[in-house]
Amino acid sequence: MGILEVKGVNKRFGGLQALGDVNLSVAENSVHAIIGPNGAGKSTLLNVLIGKLIPDTGSVMFDGLSVLGRHPHEICQMGISRVFQTPEIFGDLTVMENVMIPCFAKRDGAFSLHAIGGVDAETDMIDQAEEMLTEVKMIEKRNMLASSLSRGDKRRLEMAMCLVQQPRLLLLDEPTAGMARADTNNTIDLLKEINEKRKITMAIIEHDMHVVFSLAERITVLAQGMPLVEDTPANIKGHPKVREAYLGETA
Amino acid sequence: MDGILLQILNGLDKGSAYALIALGLTLIFGTLGVVNFAHGALFMLGAFCAVTLSRIISLSYETIDPNRLDFLGNPAKINTPYVYDFFGPNMGASIIDWAVPLSILFAIPMMMLIGIAMERGLIKHFYKRPHADQILVTFGLAIVLQEIIKFYYGANPIPTPAPAALVGTFDFGAMLGLNPGTVLYPYWRLVYFLFSVVLIGGVFAFLQFTTFGMVVRAGMADRETVGLLGINIDKRFTIMFAIAACVAGLAGVMYTPINSPNYHMGMDFLVLSFVVVVVGGMGSLPGAVLAGFVLGILESFASTPAATSIVPGINQIIIYLVAIVILLTRPRGLMGRKGVMEE
Amino acid sequence: MTDQSSTPSKTEAVEVAPAVQKSSRTKMGLRKQDFNIFLIVIALVMLAPFILNPFPEGSGMAQFNAGYPDLMQRFVIFGIFAIGFNILFGLTGYLSFGHAAFLGVGSYAGVWMMKLLTMNVIPAIIVSTAIAGIFALFVGFISLRRSGIYFSILTLAFAQMSFSLAYSVLTPITGGETGLQLALDDVRLFGTAAVDGSIPATNLFGLAMRDSFELEIGGWLFTFNAGYYLSAFVMLAAFYLSVRIFRSPFGMMLRAVKSNQQRMNYTGLNAKPYTLAAFVISGMYAGLAGGLMVSMDPLAGAERMFWTASGEVVLMTILGGAGTMIGPVLGAGFIKYMENIVSKINETILHQWFYWLPDGLEDFVIALIYPFIGKGWHLTLGIMFMMVVIFLPGGLVEGGQRIAGLFKKRKASTSDDDTTPKSAPQAAE
Repeated sequence: MGILEVKGVNKRFGGLQALGDVNLSVAENSVHAIIGPNGAGKSTLLNVLIGKLIPDTGSVMFDGLSVLGRHPHEICQMGISRVFQTPEIFGDLTVMENVMIPCFAKRDGAFSLHAIGGVDAETDMIDQAEEMLTEVKMIEKRNMLASSLSRGDKRRLEMAMCLVQQPRLLLLDEPTAGMARADTNNTIDLLKEINEKRKITMAIIEHDMHVVFSLAERITVLAQGMPLVEDTPANIKGHPKVREAYLGETA
Repeated sequence: MDGILLQILNGLDKGSAYALIALGLTLIFGTLGVVNFAHGALFMLGAFCAVTLSRIISLSYETIDPNRLDFLGNPAKINTPYVYDFFGPNMGASIIDWAVPLSILFAIPMMMLIGIAMERGLIKHFYKRPHADQILVTFGLAIVLQEIIKFYYGANPIPTPAPAALVGTFDFGAMLGLNPGTVLYPYWRLVYFLFSVVLIGGVFAFLQFTTFGMVVRAGMADRETVGLLGINIDKRFTIMFAIAACVAGLAGVMYTPINSPNYHMGMDFLVLSFVVVVVGGMGSLPGAVLAGFVLGILESFASTPAATSIVPGINQIIIYLVAIVILLTRPRGLMGRKGVMEE
Repeated sequence: MTDQSSTPSKTEAVEVAPAVQKSSRTKMGLRKQDFNIFLIVIALVMLAPFILNPFPEGSGMAQFNAGYPDLMQRFVIFGIFAIGFNILFGLTGYLSFGHAAFLGVGSYAGVWMMKLLTMNVIPAIIVSTAIAGIFALFVGFISLRRSGIYFSILTLAFAQMSFSLAYSVLTPITGGETGLQLALDDVRLFGTAAVDGSIPATNLFGLAMRDSFELEIGGWLFTFNAGYYLSAFVMLAAFYLSVRIFRSPFGMMLRAVKSNQQRMNYTGLNAKPYTLAAFVISGMYAGLAGGLMVSMDPLAGAERMFWTASGEVVLMTILGGAGTMIGPVLGAGFIKYMENIVSKINETILHQWFYWLPDGLEDFVIALIYPFIGKGWHLTLGIMFMMVVIFLPGGLVEGGQRIAGLFKKRKASTSDDDTTPKSAPQAAE
């Protein structure tokens, strides 16, 4: 029984079968990658996982609770954090504030009116945020505006914002899209470290095979909305069906 | 039946004005992506084009006629408009009489110029600024324009009559076989309605059948792609802004006999026109026109004693109420497209 | 502030957001630097009768004095209005174009308290704040279901609707066109309906709001008005509260709403209650301003709710600097001062000023200036509005920072050639 269980999910857009009977089980503490050629339904699946799309049939359970139809903030409160294709951060706020906001969200829930007490007085939260920033090696950039960071730093910051909430599942949507090779490798190392140190389950939707094979313990291959195979990276590499799905048109 | 017909007719002229202003607003919003709070001011400027032209052609010089005495016994002063000298008294008199329709010819180049100046001078620099900034700067511009008009033309409404031939009412009911005298409709309002139908039709035809219009429509759908085609979209947008200004201005010109123009008429119409745009669906031209007429007619129905006796003051707030309900139930408006102004 | 030299120009413009740090030295719960700003505001407000009357009575410059009770009252009352508006617009970025409605509702509630209960201003002020809060909760709950321009138009629609209703149908409650006034036959349960045959003055436990103490020093005349000082104390309290909100976790969340709602949701936060709370708080500030307004002059009219009145508070906030703490206060003061001075200038005064010019030139200059003065105040206002949005979107505060930055850079580096004072980094987008 995995921490994330997707069972019999179907989703149609008009005549297009975007997802057909998708079953997926992400084991706790594992890194699970979902790959597939363009238009395979990866984004649709992701949107189902985060409650943005409600499938026609099927269920998505996180730790025994259904995520379907919940607001993004509720899903996050359940322990699912999300990393976006382009880093989504609070550009107008400083790095430190960016990390403090998830700290407050973790402590106070979806809404709390601490309108009078100063941020400065929240020593616990400041400690927590500083610790996190030290861990991702950004502490010296704490007072910079987040929008002025480099792309790589933005990605690190976004990770820090997710991690400080100690999520149980981290959803990553093409975390290295558009990155240079060096940045990609840095990100891979960062993710590996996170997984080993913090024991956070990860589900990665990814295009880049290099990333997938360096990180994932299990891989699900989607093609035309259907799960093709699910196996370990070693077995996936030589799998004829996967070759066909990826190379079918060109070969 | 005749009561309903009467209210529909009564709603048409306001509806036409709403539709024309909303059409221009939507054009500007859809093509340039700018929220133009000064659009009401353009409507007002149009109306004052009519005022100005009728003043110009009524310019006259004074002569003293020794043969006639005024009531004090002094020789009578006679004002002779210059147009009498140019075109003869008969022709001159009818030119003065037809000042409002003639103003259309005057208003088109004027509004074009104003539109181009506005777009090149101000709006252009706000394409990339947040909508809040666009709202604020055009709001400021609207204040400036209306205050300038107030300074030169005073704060009081200036009566600008329709040509004598089009003053008065006709019995629309009798034409349809209803009891005579039940549905009386002023000629000028019918003229206004027909005029706006022609104008709206013209704009749609222009967008539909010319290459220029095609590019603009493509630009409305996807600005970046059109930009990539190497088409000079900015120039076209300037022209589009001028056209929208023109539409608002002409709506103002023809509206003068219905309501004497004053400096704040633009603001009065603007708020309602915005509501119309939102109800019609931001970025949808047919939606703007449809909503303009629907809300105009609705307002007219709400003004009947029957309606106000049930809900007092409903005529004042009906449009806002409808807008609130529409925005909450159909956020995209009646005919709005997906993804317009949605975060 | 921590040492910023390591990250030049990255944080300097962020008056909203100084570096988060654990600070032990806080006074009144404020950070030292905020406390200093607060002290400055206190000093300005308390000494306003002196500061605003720099010219002796009867001198040619006396027309630039602004130390009259009713003008000073307007300064601080509109200051409250703008401070409140800034909590919504400055922090969350939601541009309400209907905030005058809350001020209007507050005014009506205040006058009614005086009609029904007592001429003491305390119930009027409290009830107008509360009623405006309830009204804002209703309007905000509906309007905040949309964002961006839709939100602006919804608030505008609500305000115009309130205006129309107050003007016509609700005449029994609002007094319609004439406005809501006190009358001799009012109930006034806890007070007297009339004193010596006239309506009693508004008061604070017997201290009449119109009472003034005048101090004459040399040619100068300083007026200390009871109503002004009451409004001033309320404004200082309102300002203090807004500083606390700005520096609180709540304030940080509001800025997060402005910055990135998507990330906010995926951080497990629900943006709606935050924006609604900000909306209600700012509506209550507007109601408070309305209550104070009628406490000074017990008359409430519908025109206070007109959308141009909403536009004015937007302008005050932007002109001062939206999102900065002191900006709205400066903006409100600046606009009300300009309004007063500019409307007072007339042709005669212009002739006095320019008498030294050759005649033709004098007439020409006066003809140029004339449209902008006296009744032309709104024209000046509109032009100022455009200028600020075009050239100084950060308002007076940013202008001040730029000038200060200019001086700092001049001093710091004479060798460095290309230290063109770059404009402070604006909010992204």
